[in-house]
Amino acid sequence: MRKTSLDCVYELARRDPRVVFIGSDLGAGTLDEFKEEMPDRFFMEGVTEQNIIGMAAGLAMEGFIPYVNTIATFITRRCFEQVAVDLCLHNLPVRLIGNGGGLVYAPLGPTHLAVEDLSIMRALPNMTVVAPVDKEEMARFVPQTLDMPGPVYIRLAKGGDPVVSREADGFTIGKAILMRDPGDFLLVSTGVMTNRALAAADALAMAGGLQCGVLHMHTVKPLDDAALLDLAGRVRGIITLEEHTLVGGLGSAVNDLLGDRLGRKAPPVLRLGIPDRFPDKYGTQDDLLGYYGLQPDAIANSVREFAAVT
Amino acid sequence: MTHEAHIRVVGDDLDDRSLALRRLVVRGLDGGKRGHLGSAFSLIETLRVLYDDILRYDPAAPRWAGRDRCILSKGHGCLALYAILADKGFFPADELDRFCQFDGILGGHPERAKVPGVEASTGALGHGLSIGIGQALAMRLQKRDSRVFVIMGDGEINEGSVWEAALSAGKHKLSNLVAMVDYNKLQSYDRTSVVQDLEPLADKWRAFGFAVHEVDGHDVAQLHRVLSAVPFQRDKPSAIICHTVKGRGIAAAEGNPDWHHKSKISDDDVAAMYAELA
Repeated sequence: MRKTSLDCVYELARRDPRVVFIGSDLGAGTLDEFKEEMPDRFFMEGVTEQNIIGMAAGLAMEGFIPYVNTIATFITRRCFEQVAVDLCLHNLPVRLIGNGGGLVYAPLGPTHLAVEDLSIMRALPNMTVVAPVDKEEMARFVPQTLDMPGPVYIRLAKGGDPVVSREADGFTIGKAILMRDPGDFLLVSTGVMTNRALAAADALAMAGGLQCGVLHMHTVKPLDDAALLDLAGRVRGIITLEEHTLVGGLGSAVNDLLGDRLGRKAPPVLRLGIPDRFPDKYGTQDDLLGYYGLQPDAIANSVREFAAVT
Repeated sequence: MTHEAHIRVVGDDLDDRSLALRRLVVRGLDGGKRGHLGSAFSLIETLRVLYDDILRYDPAAPRWAGRDRCILSKGHGCLALYAILADKGFFPADELDRFCQFDGILGGHPERAKVPGVEASTGALGHGLSIGIGQALAMRLQKRDSRVFVIMGDGEINEGSVWEAALSAGKHKLSNLVAMVDYNKLQSYDRTSVVQDLEPLADKWRAFGFAVHEVDGHDVAQLHRVLSAVPFQRDKPSAIICHTVKGRGIAAAEGNPDWHHKSKISDDDVAAMYAELA
């Protein structure tokens, strides 16, 4: 997914002279072709995230379209004020590509985990927040960022994630993709949790005949209100899935919308995600997803329990 | 330390133009009944010389691509910027009467989207130099000869982001970038030497790859001479340390940390300031 996103940036830069790339201190060899072919539009600025965001803002003020890449938590938390003021207040077309969103950096511990990136980015006016499910969806998405007027945060996963997106579904920023029609329940997920949602829906359908739809909310902001409100009227309950803290992320966004717009007519919502405490285990991304009950079997069990009381 | 570090600000009387610009600042203070007075008054001559003699711009076309960019990174000094922009006709001077008011365009910190002539929304400190680097790189990529001036406060450069930016400007050898420090020696709480000492300041900028000059920031002729000489060295960004007096022009405010920011400015205060600046 990361390679695909950067390859897309390279292709965009080849055809559009406004595109520039800014990295912090990325791995050796990153975008070598870009650097070789377009050295004046390739910047590797070192571990200076605050400076990089301001620099991207200055370039964008003068007509360039900077794509900025570093580890997700350092492109969101470390330079949050620069993102808020330099990018969002000025509403500039800078794209932030965050490596290792969620629990990808599990072995490196809580300093490197980006488990509140979606909530802090969606709190900022003018920011668009997108978490694609796989590399093919990434390839459909990135070219669409070229002419967006404001800033975009793109959450990357680990890489090598199973491809579950379908070309026929296309990709439109801000339009959720219904990957499976709803039965009694609807799973709403973002990023790579959508592949877990599909697996959980399979398990539920096989084991007990519980039919669950899957709505892939690749764009967390702006949320696809219309799709959610439409589907909310057709199901007994909604379960949100996110590789992210439960404070202010996808589940919160869904709850806010349904509560605000449907009030007591809103279906019950179960939010599955990471509890409000710093992760205290290492291991792998999969280990931590298991720890937090976010692997397909655990999700299916949570849905069954939810269904029993709904 | 070089001999320049010993530059002392001379106490010459302010000339008519400097007094007139300060009266515009007082008009803004009167409009908002508040403002960063000390921070604005130390900047007046720096901005005056830039806008009178150095910068290329067109008030009728504030976003003219061929202009020089001037970012007031110490956004709290905005009354000085508003004064010179009003003086130059970027907007009518009566906007100053609505400083900080609900429907006004002139807030307590400047906003690019609202105020013609303002290059960047600043106020959160330590942002301007990085934005200026991006603009200077853009000028280089677009093969434009526009220059970028970034004015920072001495308290502001406590921010680590300034020194990230300084590393970057030096690395890119941005000779079209001029970093200016309004070194009035006072920050909000106390003297900079007490709160977070900056010395040896010129040496710091030199160490980061800048060509550095120090000036008396209230000496118009000296400012003109130094600003006319940028870039000081080919293949290096320039830094100008402007030794100034916070609150310059109002005796009670000069060098007095209590005048960093004032709220509840009374009609009597305003009358007294006008009298002093007549």
